Amino acid sequence: MIKGMLICSLFFLTFSIFAIIYRLVKGPSAPDRIQALDALGINIISGVAIFSVLLGNTGFFEFILLIGILSFIGTIAFARYIERGVVIERKHSE
Amino acid sequence: MRKPNDVIIRGVTKVVVVIIFTFAINLFISGHHYPGGGFIGGLAFSSGIILLFLTFDMESVRKNIPVDFKVLAAIGVLIAVLTGVGGMLLDAPFLSQSFGYFELPIFGKTELATAVLFDVGVALAVIGTSLMIIMSIGDDR
Repeated sequence: MIKGMLICSLFFLTFSIFAIIYRLVKGPSAPDRIQALDALGINIISGVAIFSVLLGNTGFFEFILLIGILSFIGTIAFARYIERGVVIERKHSE
Repeated sequence: MRKPNDVIIRGVTKVVVVIIFTFAINLFISGHHYPGGGFIGGLAFSSGIILLFLTFDMESVRKNIPVDFKVLAAIGVLIAVLTGVGGMLLDAPFLSQSFGYFELPIFGKTELATAVLFDVGVALAVIGTSLMIIMSIGDDR
């Protein structure tokens, strides 16, 4: 019963990831693609969580937190690049 | 020209960096029995410092963390080699390790292994190398 539910939710997550990939390929501007990448990271987190419940294994929980941190830092870096044109500033200009 | 105001990202970073450093140390400590270890612990720690670099500018982070990362990588490799040589001094092969159970005051019976010292060396080398790469790329002089 629970296995069928988990596999069903994995199927819907795959569908959602395909929709995000459509936005990633088609997206007219750069912020669309960056938001698609952020949502892709979140979908991968939930996919790994469901997969670890399916396997009955707690070894993937660090991976979940790590993907969250890396997705956050990547989104911040891309947003800095779009807004300022430079990712790491040498000296704060004000 | 409009002055950029990033108070939200600064406020979030000051909270999140603490969580990232704690998680990195947890990954480093739990590497013996659970997933983790020196490599991924060092990478998570350096990703926290990279978040500081992204939010604040490079000069203030350098001023507040006065560590030369080239020296840090060299110290890491030196520690990793010296743990191997320390086995040779006690008539054991190179890189042989040992462990023992000790009664610590707070933790009680704890297993301490010399592999942790090797892991410290790996983590310091990873932190130093990755941050040296990031700083030499980001410095656009």
